Amino acid sequence: MSADVDADTDTDTDTDTDSREAKAARIRHLLATEGDAVERNTLTFNRGRYDAVADLEEYEALKTRAREIKEHAIATLPELIESTREAVEDNGGAVYLADDAADANRYVREVVADAGAETVVKSKSMTTEELDVNEALDADGVDVWETDLGEFVLQVADEAPSHIVAPAIHKSREGIAELFHERFDPDEDLETAADLTRFARAFLGERIREADVGMTGANFVTADSGSIALVTSEGNARKTVTATDVHVAVAGVEKIVPAVEDLRPFVELIGKSGTGQDITSYVSVLTPPVDSPSLDRGDDDPLSPETADEREFHLVLVDNGRTAMREDEHLKETLYCIRCSACANSCANFQSVGGHAFGGETYSGGIATGWEAGVHGYDAAAEFNDLCTGCTRCVNQCPVKIDIPWINAVVRDRLNRGDDPGRFAFVYDELVPDEEPAGLDLQKRLFGNYETLAKLASATAPLSNRLAGWGPARALLERVAGIDARRRLPEFRRETLRDWYADRGSRVSDADREVVLYPDVYTNYVAVERGQAAVRVLEALGVRVRMPAVPESGRAPLSQGMIATADAKADEVYAALADHLDAGRDVVVIEPSDLAMFRRDYERFLPDPAFERLADASYELFEYVYGLLEADADPDGLRAGDEAVAYHAHCQARTLGLDAYTTAVLERLGYDVVESDVECCGMAGSFGYKAEYYDLSLDVGDRLRAQFTSDGTRDRRVVASGASCGDQLDDLLAREPAHPATVIDPARPAGRADRR
Amino acid sequence: METDVTETFEASLRRLDVAVERTDAAGAEAVLADRVEAPVVGVPLPFDGVSLPEGVETAPTPAQLEAATTAITAVDFAVADYGSVAIRASPAGEEPTSLYADVHVAVVAASDVLPDMGAAFDRLGEAVRDGDADTVLATGPSATADMGALVTGAHGPKAVRAVVIEDR
Ligand code: SF4
Repeated sequence: MSADVDADTDTDTDTDTDSREAKAARIRHLLATEGDAVERNTLTFNRGRYDAVADLEEYEALKTRAREIKEHAIATLPELIESTREAVEDNGGAVYLADDAADANRYVREVVADAGAETVVKSKSMTTEELDVNEALDADGVDVWETDLGEFVLQVADEAPSHIVAPAIHKSREGIAELFHERFDPDEDLETAADLTRFARAFLGERIREADVGMTGANFVTADSGSIALVTSEGNARKTVTATDVHVAVAGVEKIVPAVEDLRPFVELIGKSGTGQDITSYVSVLTPPVDSPSLDRGDDDPLSPETADEREFHLVLVDNGRTAMREDEHLKETLYCIRCSACANSCANFQSVGGHAFGGETYSGGIATGWEAGVHGYDAAAEFNDLCTGCTRCVNQCPVKIDIPWINAVVRDRLNRGDDPGRFAFVYDELVPDEEPAGLDLQKRLFGNYETLAKLASATAPLSNRLAGWGPARALLERVAGIDARRRLPEFRRETLRDWYADRGSRVSDADREVVLYPDVYTNYVAVERGQAAVRVLEALGVRVRMPAVPESGRAPLSQGMIATADAKADEVYAALADHLDAGRDVVVIEPSDLAMFRRDYERFLPDPAFERLADASYELFEYVYGLLEADADPDGLRAGDEAVAYHAHCQARTLGLDAYTTAVLERLGYDVVESDVECCGMAGSFGYKAEYYDLSLDVGDRLRAQFTSDGTRDRRVVASGASCGDQLDDLLAREPAHPATVIDPARPAGRADRR
Repeated sequence: METDVTETFEASLRRLDVAVERTDAAGAEAVLADRVEAPVVGVPLPFDGVSLPEGVETAPTPAQLEAATTAITAVDFAVADYGSVAIRASPAGEEPTSLYADVHVAVVAASDVLPDMGAAFDRLGEAVRDGDADTVLATGPSATADMGALVTGAHGPKAVRAVVIEDR
């Protein structure tokens, strides 16, 4: 190894450490300044959404319909653009198809100049934010006013939106009051939300009256009629359109749907998904130029029907990267997004830091990675992409069923591949036998190759544990690989679960059922007791267990965006299980995130028949136990109890609807169960180990801590099925969490249940 | 059947805190006169035998629109299960008239109360393709949560009232 290489390595490591520290500091700052307001508001929206969709019998049917419409619309987009153009022109409007931001802005400036407008009023539109229209008009000396009250606050404060539906979600009432006093020096004291609203309404009312041009976005555009749909609650879009004679609507091309009737599912879904309202106060379906009489004739001219003809309409359809997204197999899904914000509101990290950490130049939250990568480029997405932990809580919340975590994984993979090659490769090739480009960030590589690491650490245990626990080693680990020194590392076991089982063998003869028990890396090398408990639970129900060598599922590399490695793992796993599937054996999985690989993610990696076979034969441990009990297996061999437990279900298990099985089995055995209802524990695999995210992880965990230390849960035994959830709960609470298998383990000594 | 739909509509409006009265054409003017607070702006109603109460300004200036306490307009149809009313933006001025006042009184014929959004969009689709029917589906008062708490009466009305005319 030459001195040169050493020097290079040091420099890179220092840069990584610096940028990790800078990121951690920025996150801490946002947690302290904006976290509370963001948390309060997103939690309110989120609760509202759960209530609103619980009432809706047709929810799943509407989502399916919405998805179909979007798929079809994006597939036929070029034709829809042409029909839209014809329809709008027939109505007397103009259509401009803009290639990019500069092109769109040039057209808008021309329209505004032709109208001789000094003031433009706007209703909220993310697309115009994406284009920076306001800056373009400002440069021409035109006054532009945002009329959405949230946008108005940000405009006055000179800040960027932090949420796609409620842009000023991070601002408190007190903060807004202070801002208005400072900026406008009002005659009266503005204190309550009602005062502030009244003031803003009056101020903006004057701007609207003066304005000659009204700009809106469009939530949807219908190709059959050339109509636009505007979804608002404040009524500002109505005024923006009605009070001005020149209307410019700016919309991404992906907003087009074929027909007016297609608006129906979206109208029913968008408010519920976003803020939890059944429907937003106003859904305008306009076919501009609108027919309302002009209000622009002067304050003393009465409304008169004839003036309705004096209106002008321009529809600016924006490409700005969307055609390329449409041709990209993975980013294409982003175009189905209706920007309802359900993904952001249900995201535990977003609930803590909001869009100023979890967002790019315009868009924020989980789906923002797709938008930013598509419209502003990968650098814009890189800043916040890692904040998606892949927990999948957003997946069932998206009204158009976009697999948002997958888009995040793809973008992460592309970012990995774009990295500077060569760094670290020489040191770590042995440790990281993955399929990834050599330049990949060491932290990602370590977590992505967790299995290799575990194997090595187990073979050298207990020395490896002592070394890992040794202060200077932890400091090095933190400096080089960004593994936070405050987080306790797992202790690897010399005797793995597979070793144990190979020695012990099966204790069941004449079994009706044979299963393959699939221990994850953590269970096999660290939490061996949970695997042992799982074996005894299954055997107590008359099941013969097999435990062949099957590799890690690919979850670890996938969560680091190492898709090629995850793909290769999927093939190996399937190869190792194929004979067992042939023999009709079910696969019982201990760690929910591995089951989520088999049931969700492998669809991307395996040929369809292989994916379906494995997915159909795989069960989460408690799902399987539940099935056995339903099929009349005798529960007497399991450890019954009259204990009270507080159960935190793993996020991916909840997405798959599996949490109910654990609760049901525990209840059937006599346990009194309270289940947590926070979105996530905050650990999500490797996330909480990373130095830059440690504080955020704990802040997210605080919601779970609060729930599990409240009256009624404080004295319960804490139960969690996910490995990282257990680690996090261990750090958050004074009580050690137990795995549910160890709770019902027939061999459990009285009173004890092992977290491992 | 029709009663069921009207009842559903009433129940939805109650959830939205929107007051609702049922009346017939003969009684409509009195019901309206009772429920408005001056100054009142409005658009002549399209129902036979129903006129606006006295003193309603039907050709308001923008200044009068802004100063109005109550606005009365007919709506094209209503959607029972959401409590929405469909305000037509016609040259007669229903859209601006209903938008600026503190209270919007929406008058709808019972026969135009549709059960759900499916029926609403079927009707809207045809109307839109036939001509250019600009329509606002309005549900309850305007509202904002942007100032730190939920406030009704953001840019639009603070309150909505509905009057259902049963023999129309
Ligand atoms: S991705 Fe789905 S949930 Fe997120 S904003 Fe778009 S439509 Fe809503």
